[in-house]
Order: sequence, then structure tokens, then C-alpha cells
Amino acid sequence: MAHAVLPSLGTATPRRRSPLKATTEPLWFRALLIVTGLTFIALFLLVPLFVVFYEALAKGVEVYWKSFQDPDTAHAIRLTLTVAAIVVPLNTIFGLTAAWAISKFEFPGKRALVTFIDLPLWVSPIVAGLMFVILFGREGLLKAYLWNGTQPVIPILFNTPGIVIATLFVTFPFVARILIPLMQSQGSAEEEAALTLGARGWQVFLYVTLPKIRWGLFYGVILCNARAMGEFGAVSAVSGHIQGKTNTMPLHIQVLAEGYSGMEAAFALSSVLSMLALFTLIVKTTVEWSSERQAKNALESSGE
Amino acid sequence: MHAATPKFHRFGRRTILPGFRLTLGFTLLYISLLVLIPMAALVGKVFTAPWADTWSVISSDRSIASYQLSFGASAIAALVNGFFGFIIAWILVRYDFPGRRFADAVVDLPFALPTAVAGLSLTLLYSKKGLFGYYIYQMIGPERWNAGWATANSNIGVTIALTFIGLPFVVRTLQPVLQDLSMDVEEAAACLGANRWQTFWRIIFPAVLPAWLTGMTLAFGRAVGEYGSVVFIASNRQGKGEITPLVIYTTLEENRYAEAAALGVVLLLFSFCILALVNLLQAWNNKVTGASGI
Repeated sequence: MAHAVLPSLGTATPRRRSPLKATTEPLWFRALLIVTGLTFIALFLLVPLFVVFYEALAKGVEVYWKSFQDPDTAHAIRLTLTVAAIVVPLNTIFGLTAAWAISKFEFPGKRALVTFIDLPLWVSPIVAGLMFVILFGREGLLKAYLWNGTQPVIPILFNTPGIVIATLFVTFPFVARILIPLMQSQGSAEEEAALTLGARGWQVFLYVTLPKIRWGLFYGVILCNARAMGEFGAVSAVSGHIQGKTNTMPLHIQVLAEGYSGMEAAFALSSVLSMLALFTLIVKTTVEWSSERQAKNALESSGE
Repeated sequence: MHAATPKFHRFGRRTILPGFRLTLGFTLLYISLLVLIPMAALVGKVFTAPWADTWSVISSDRSIASYQLSFGASAIAALVNGFFGFIIAWILVRYDFPGRRFADAVVDLPFALPTAVAGLSLTLLYSKKGLFGYYIYQMIGPERWNAGWATANSNIGVTIALTFIGLPFVVRTLQPVLQDLSMDVEEAAACLGANRWQTFWRIIFPAVLPAWLTGMTLAFGRAVGEYGSVVFIASNRQGKGEITPLVIYTTLEENRYAEAAALGVVLLLFSFCILALVNLLQAWNNKVTGASGI
């Protein structure tokens, strides 16, 4: 029912059975396609990634480490970690509950609900930020409660709470989006068996469901974390860009890139986020390979 | 047990599993607070403003120039990704070559890499001093470079950034469909005397066409809303090099909330159109792949 948008977890593309001569292309054509595809991947994906690390280390390891001692950079890292520490657990709980409700039960309006969960993936991050500025801003709907003239009564916008809320919006689909198809494909038979045998609801979740979905959940959490730490547009709209106060890592990268301190510092901070992205890819690939291996083993043992 | 499941069941009562009210209630609450209320606030802001004002913002020269850049660059990027994404999905599914699994994993990079990092890196790479920009500059010469052919601080740069972020959408939508294509049909076509080219155009291509279009639509939709990677590499010149999200951002910085909201609603409506289109394509895809099975 849900369309196959990106952050779903497939199994890694397995090797197909070797084709017959009549159902494959001549060697030269295969080689041409492979070279074209790999060249595109190398030029468009790998080189930009390589440039980040190359430029970060261009002036030597010492300059690289020194760039992190800048107080504003250190603050940006701390702020990003704080925001992620609030956002990721909340969105994980949301992902688990939403996936439970959607995959285990039938109810009218389910499709619409799934569409709403998808929405942040397709709304421009700037529009996401804009919505919260309009809600919490000085001219916003809640101005009577939040603002006393230009002084904030409850600081949300241009402050950490605003950044947290914008990041919550942008990253809440990920855990849910990965878990829903996974839990749907697994079915509920084992959970029902556990209930019949006298397990309580939370025991079923903890001892039956959680072990079944743990790898998907792990990848969802890692992806949600990477996106939370890397979010730029939505946070940019609500943060107010106060250096040393409301600049997260991605926002500070922009400050460094436009500043006079040289590009090494901007690339050094970028390299940290790039490593996080690489880690996310490694987790995804590992999870997919292990689930593929499991499927293969299950197939072999059932064949005996 | 599944055979005994009644066709029409009561609200939420398909299984004996607990937690329906709790989990659905929490989900709805979360979505209401985070999505519905803020979205209503945005739309409400536009509806409370005089319609003539809203219209003059939406149809101003600056806005229209930004639509042209946003939609034009996104469309070109989606087509480029449609071409190369098809080749990449094809070789990943059909062929075996060293580094295949590595290439498969790397395709997700634009999805995991923060947009600001991508923007920064691409800008340097395609600037006059950068690895690619240097050679392009040498090749086309300074005159053409300054006449709009520059690959950074330019609208071509915008297209490059949008191509970067869109690739995984095409590849990841095509891959499972290519994977599930039955070899038998191709073998049958070959037995009946079709050559490879005919088999591709008459058997394979029609079966993957909906998924291919879906992937390009997703890449297009994502690109129109993209902000982080583009602001680095765009020229951001008013009326020439501004994408629509940037116009919203600068308007917001100047505290002109109503104007920003008007443009925000335009992009929001566009997002809904993309979602609707994707759902239609998906229904078509299910029909085609269902029929191309057995």
C-alpha cells in the first residue's frame, strides 16, 4: 500500500542467476554501460566526498585539530549533539508507536496517515521552518503567549527549542518509514502466539517484536540521527544565526565558508558530518547484507 | 487463521494484539502537533491576508524568476538522473562486476550526507579553482565562463547540486522493479525470435516505465524544495539566481511573514501535487508489474 519511497530498507541486491546468452547484452555493450554508470558514480558522488577530506587536511593535521578549538565551532558541535539527543529518542518512540498502529491494525484513513508521515520528506525544509516561524514568531499566531513586544516570554524561536522542534519535524518519518514495511512483512502470528500463551502486551513487544525488528530499528535510529545532525534549511529558518548560541554544525559550516578564516575550518567541520554519513551507509549496508544472508539460510534449511 | 479472518472487521479489531488505541492516539497527537497545526497556521496566515496582496507576491517578477530557476533546474536534474539512474540501476541488478556492492552502497550517499556539506564541496569542486571547474574554465574560456556558462555561482551550478541530491531516488525506485522482472518472459521473447533491442523496448521498458517515471518525479519534487546544497553553489542574485526557497528565506529574514507564507503555500501545494502524482504512478506500477507477473 505504501509507495516505495527512499528510506525503506531493502535487501541488498543479490546476484541474479546467470543469464543465458540470449537474455543478456553483448560484452562490449555491458562494458560500456558499466563504465558509464561507475564513472557517473565516481564523478558525482565519490569525488565530492573525497574533496571534503582532502580540503579538511590540506593544511596538515595540526590545522585540522586546531579548527575544532574555536569556541564557536565547539559550541556548534555541542548544540548539534544536544538537539540530536532530544530529537532522536522522541522520533524513535514515535516511529515505534506509529509502526505498531499501522502494521498491526486495520482502520479507516490508514493511507492518509501514511501520507502524512511521508509529508516532511517532500516539503521543502525552508517551508518547514517557515511554518514554525509563523507559529512561534513575533508576528505569529501564539505571539500573545510567547512574546512581550520584542522580548520573548518563552524563548522558542531563535533558540534551542525552536531548533529542536524544526528538527523533529524534518526527521520524524525515518524510523516509522523503515519499520512499517518491515513489520508488515513479518506479520503478527508470533505476537498472537505469545499473547495466547499468556504474555502481557509489553512483554510481547519487548521479547517478541523488538528482537525481530532490532536491526531495522537500529538503522532507522542511525539515519534519523544523521539527518537530525545534518539538517540545514529548516534549522536555518528558525535559528536566527546567533554565533556561539544558536548555530548548529551545518549552519556554522556556512558561517565558516563565508568568513575570512579560510576554507579548512569549514571543511574540517564538514568532515565530521561526512564521517557520520559514511557510518550511516555502512550500517545500512551491513543490515541489508545480514538480512539477505538470513533469508538465504532460511531458504536453504527449508530446502533440505 | 488468516482464512478465518472476516472480510469486514470492526474498527481496529483485526487481531487480539493490544495497544491499538494507545499507539494510534499517540501517533495522531504527534502528527497533529508537529504537522497539522503548523501547516494550518501557514495556510491560515495566507487566508487572513488580502487575496490581492497574496496574488501580487505570488506573481511578482522576482517570484516568477525563482519558479523558472527552481522548476527548470530541477527538471533538467531529474532528466539527467533519469538517464544515468537507469543505467546505474540496470548494471547493479543485471551485471556482476568488481565493486558492485560498493557502488550499490554509495548510491545512498546524497541521502545521508548533509546538504550543507554537499553544497560546500560541490561549490569548491566546480569553481574556477576546483578540480572540475578548472578544466571546464580552461576548456570554455573566460568569456563564456562569465557569460553564464560558469559551473559555480551560477544556475548551472544549481542544476549540478540538484543532480547530486536526486540520483538515489531514481536508482532506488527502479532497482526492486528490475529485480522482480521475470527472466522467463525475456527467454520466451528470445525463443520467439526477438533480438535484445526488441526485448528491451517491448518487454522490459514498458514494465519498468511507471517506476522510472516515479523515480524521476520524486527526484524532481525533492529538488524543487532543496535548499541547503543550492545556496552554496547558486549565484543567489535577486531576480536571476534565486531558487524559490531562497526567496522565502530572505523574505522571512526581513520579517515579511505574510509574503513568505504566500510563497510557502505555493511550494506546499506543489508538494501535495507531487505526492498525488506519485500515488497515481504507483497504482499504475502495481497494475503493470502485477500483469507482467504470471
